[in-house]
Amino acid sequence: MSLPLFPTGGDPGPSFVDLLRSSAGSAGEDVGIPSGRVLPPGGGGGGGGGGDAYPNMVGVPHGTTIVALRYADGVVLAGDRRATEGYSIAHRGIEKVFPADRYSAVGIAGAAGPAVDMVRLFQTQLEHYEKVEGLTLSLEGKANQLAQMVRANLPMAMEGLAVVPLFAGYDTRRRLGRIFSYDVAGGRYEEIEYHATGSGGRDARTTIKLGYRDGLGVNEAVELAVKALYQAADEDSATGGPDPLRGIYPVVAVVDEDGYRRLPDEDVAERFASLLSSLQRTRRGEPS
Amino acid sequence: MTMPYYVAPEQVMKDRAEYAQKGIARGRSLVAALYGNGVLIVAENPSRTLHKISEIYDRVAFAGAGRYNEFDQLRVAGVRHADTKGYAYSREDVDARSLANLYAQFLGQVFTHEMKPLEVEILVAELATDDDNHQLYHIAYDGTVVDEVDFTVLGGDSATIIDRLSSSYRSGWPLAEAVRHCVAALAGPDRTLEPADLEAAVLEQGNGRRAFRRLSNEDLAVLMAPPDSGVGATAAGEAAADDSQPAERVAGGEGSSDGDSDPASEDTDGGPPVPPALPESEGL
Repeated sequence: MSLPLFPTGGDPGPSFVDLLRSSAGSAGEDVGIPSGRVLPPGGGGGGGGGGDAYPNMVGVPHGTTIVALRYADGVVLAGDRRATEGYSIAHRGIEKVFPADRYSAVGIAGAAGPAVDMVRLFQTQLEHYEKVEGLTLSLEGKANQLAQMVRANLPMAMEGLAVVPLFAGYDTRRRLGRIFSYDVAGGRYEEIEYHATGSGGRDARTTIKLGYRDGLGVNEAVELAVKALYQAADEDSATGGPDPLRGIYPVVAVVDEDGYRRLPDEDVAERFASLLSSLQRTRRGEPS
Repeated sequence: MTMPYYVAPEQVMKDRAEYAQKGIARGRSLVAALYGNGVLIVAENPSRTLHKISEIYDRVAFAGAGRYNEFDQLRVAGVRHADTKGYAYSREDVDARSLANLYAQFLGQVFTHEMKPLEVEILVAELATDDDNHQLYHIAYDGTVVDEVDFTVLGGDSATIIDRLSSSYRSGWPLAEAVRHCVAALAGPDRTLEPADLEAAVLEQGNGRRAFRRLSNEDLAVLMAPPDSGVGATAAGEAAADDSQPAERVAGGEGSSDGDSDPASEDTDGGPPVPPALPESEGL
């Protein structure tokens, strides 16, 4: 390694992705740029063979349901812990919700490998920008950066390795929480109230829809997110529910003006327990 | 055909060194010293936005004296090197020593091969993870690296400042005391420096993953107040007494780099809320 210095015309500026490209030249893959890799047609992760959604990539672990919702002072982002390979469970404890930087969080659904790679690149990119420029990117700027990474992943998405993130953060300039959703082609959409993505996303969205209102408190918002994940796990085989046997619970993160914080597992476990007992009471016809 | 004049290599090197030293001496000086909880860097710098001291990586800081555009280019190269290395390997694999060597190679190369040497002196500091084996690498314009112990001074008037500081330096001193003596050493007997004339930052333990934190003018005012004066009331007393972080904090998040290098320290009672440090379990 030598000191990465560039001629005035070829300076990559504050972009870490451009830096990797320009310092590695055509061998950018060697330092692990996850974007822009084109797989050989018909290649594939091997394993299995069936499955309509991911014809070539059944043997690759996929992560599933992520939910995000706004509340009065910020956003809640939560994700289950399961990764599946075709019809079997690949991992019970994978994490799919990460801090992107101090004031934002990113959750990922889709092929686990490229998704985790993308998050790592995204985190580095945000910190790199901040250090080179001496300023943090605006929340919208961060969301656009992530869109570019998703778009760069399109060739791999066509091969079945799609990554669909969900980005949520606290906009320190406007002083409110904001949520951005994406499609596989890099389309970026701001969500006003809530969103969920992944295979159980539909069930999670419906659950949130029934309980959502403007100006939720943080506790209610976290409860609603937990309930949405529970219902998604109830309906979707690829979404994991709470696992008290192994002590594995969904990751629930809150981002507000104090920054990102992940709720402790005990707290999440307690919320699942009380959700379960309230559902039991409802079934028995007792007042909940 | 014209023949170039012969100039003895000794003379060439001497001229270049003189040129670089003159350039560096035009800038103002900078002091870095170890203290009880990490590394303190104080620079005389009236600008609030053109920084001499910066964050390179989780536990590595950079400081430069001399020509701003030249050391800033080196700073950016350092950030790029560190981020690339941390991304390709792991965050733990980024260290100050290898970066200092790269800087030294580059400065030495420029000094011997280019027309104009770089008019800079730079410092690469690393906060040790567990004990107090913090590292201070002082790199001169010709690529000489010195692994400094306790403290170091960069810039024009370094010899006199070193004299002043070596009489007052005390191993393991608290932050407030370190700030007072470093500032006094920078100022000399005939001047006093105000917080607005200074730029300061620390690499401190217990600050989360990113150990670098800038000290705002308010922080400096509290830390620089004489220990027995009533300035800053209880806040100053606390800061001086138990070497805690200064209680006055500017709440972060205004998009400034200050706001984002904040501690989640337990001992800032009384101060306004401080944005939390990034959790260690960042996972990736």
